Amino acid sequence: MAEPLLVVENLQTHFRTPDGINRAVDGVSFHVNAGETVAIVGESGCGKSVTSMSILRLIPEPPGKIAGSIRFQGKDLLKLSEPEMRAIRGNEISMIFQEPMTSLNPVLNIGRQIGETLRLHQGLSARDAEAKAVEMLKLVGIPEPGRRVREYPHQLSGGMRQRVMIAIALACNPKLLIADEPTTALDVTIQAQILELMRGLKNTVGAAIVLITHDLGVVAEVAERVVVMYAGKKVEEAPVVELFNTPRHPYTQGLLGSMPKLGSSLTGTETRLAEIPGLVPSLKQKIPGCVFASRCPHATDLCVKVAPALEEKAPRHVAACHYALKEGAIAA
Amino acid sequence: MFAYAVRRVLATIPVMAIVALFVFSLLYIAPGDPAAVIAGDQATPQDVERIRASLGLDRPFLIRFGEWVWNILNGDMGVSIFTNLPVTTMIQQRIEPTVSLMVLTLCLAVSIAVPMGVIAAWKQGSWIDRAVMGFAVLGFSVPVFVVGYVLAYIFALELDWLPVQGYTAFREGFFPWLENLILPAIALGGVYIALIARITRATMLEVLQQDYIRTARAKGAGQRNILFLHALKNAAVPIVTVIGIGIALLIGGAVVTESVFAIPGLGRLTVDAILRRDYPVIQGVVLLFSFVYVLVNLLIDLAYTLFDPRIRY
Repeated sequence: MAEPLLVVENLQTHFRTPDGINRAVDGVSFHVNAGETVAIVGESGCGKSVTSMSILRLIPEPPGKIAGSIRFQGKDLLKLSEPEMRAIRGNEISMIFQEPMTSLNPVLNIGRQIGETLRLHQGLSARDAEAKAVEMLKLVGIPEPGRRVREYPHQLSGGMRQRVMIAIALACNPKLLIADEPTTALDVTIQAQILELMRGLKNTVGAAIVLITHDLGVVAEVAERVVVMYAGKKVEEAPVVELFNTPRHPYTQGLLGSMPKLGSSLTGTETRLAEIPGLVPSLKQKIPGCVFASRCPHATDLCVKVAPALEEKAPRHVAACHYALKEGAIAA
Repeated sequence: MFAYAVRRVLATIPVMAIVALFVFSLLYIAPGDPAAVIAGDQATPQDVERIRASLGLDRPFLIRFGEWVWNILNGDMGVSIFTNLPVTTMIQQRIEPTVSLMVLTLCLAVSIAVPMGVIAAWKQGSWIDRAVMGFAVLGFSVPVFVVGYVLAYIFALELDWLPVQGYTAFREGFFPWLENLILPAIALGGVYIALIARITRATMLEVLQQDYIRTARAKGAGQRNILFLHALKNAAVPIVTVIGIGIALLIGGAVVTESVFAIPGLGRLTVDAILRRDYPVIQGVVLLFSFVYVLVNLLIDLAYTLFDPRIRY
């Protein structure tokens, strides 16, 4: 079998800070097949955004330091020179960010911002790039693209701006699209539209997607495979249905348990919303045992002392927990 | 936009009126009696009285102010007490060197200071950044005349590359003109460069933190493109503002610079007029400088829309 489109192996992104090294991402491995949608989930500060930024090498170095390997179509991105990397950014791998309100340049018009990638990577003239930008706006469902192309970001709503971001990202037909919380900053109704758009475009363009999110609803909606991250480490990975049905890692179980269920207060089955007690541990000290031990309801001495390895608990389903059984329940 | 421009132009009228009032009041506020000064040491009280009447100094303030303003609006700034030449003629004779000096300084300063600030911000914390900031402190703290004399000593006296002083008119050739003006322009530009470089650096540091810079990077844009297009255009408004405000520094500095380098411009004219208490000349020159300052800042306000589409009038 051919190598997947993207293979991330033992990715370590560390930041030097005045009070020690922050291990934002510490030994994460995963892969993305061509055309596949993989979600990376976890709460704030678990390293999921840093992972995505590391793939495009957008982490400022120093203070950051990226180690491990990130193979994209067989090339190790960490070994490329900066100009070689620039030829990949926005062209073969592109990225959508969380904040559509601030991610567009306020003083350049929309057409120019979409056209920029085309001019950089495909050598289009300013005029051709603008014509293509109009096409892209049409593709992402912006009405009156001919007029909008000359407008500036402040003249567009949040949802429209995120559509523009998607247009920028897809302009050069990338093979991989990294979407870092693409819907978090949007209204719920707009969120659904944007997800629908991404799903539709994925089929048209054929790009693989790495979706970074903390919203499990979004994951269920679009992802095929899910990587769960906690404190800079991958703790579980499984196909989406499998993960939702039989979460193996106590952290994943906690995440799923803390999802509010729509209408539960009306049907009389209302229960207190479950939460995961405690906080994400500081990433500045090395944790000898399981990273989740301090918050895990099932933690034992073993968990505190020895870090559990990622083990295949079921076909294509791995989790890093000493006690996660093959049946999916915790031996209590 | 047009309506705003008209409103802004109209708004400069009261500003200029207040400036005019101040300038005119100089005559009253300044110590010493111009009539007595003109009359000289040997004059009798009658002589002084006669001169005062001939200057119109014996009439009420407001009437004289009104007359003065009316005359200026008709292109008459009065006659120099000392040379008996019309003030407008004297200004015309002296304006070219000063305009030359200021335009050259402005171009030189902006083309040096903006890239300096941009690069300092990009390489924040490096030796380049520290060198730029060190230069800025130096530029602020060393007075124009010191820089002027040091430059003249090194480049004119010791190395003999450039003339020590004087001015060659522009119509006699660009290079002779430049030869005479380059040292004064550098001396005068020091503070200005320091000011613009600092503001550029500070604004750029803020802009470079923004999300859209990360977007540009994720698109594969090169460093130069990011700095000078994506970031600098966003930083333009504060930078342009400080360039406009800094014109005041240039005007003040021009007076000193022209004295150091013996340039026969408006600055020298001002100094001479002050020493001779030649009030019509002082008033004319100060009014002209104020007018230029107000005008430049008006133009800068209107130019904001070129840099930032969010600013609409």
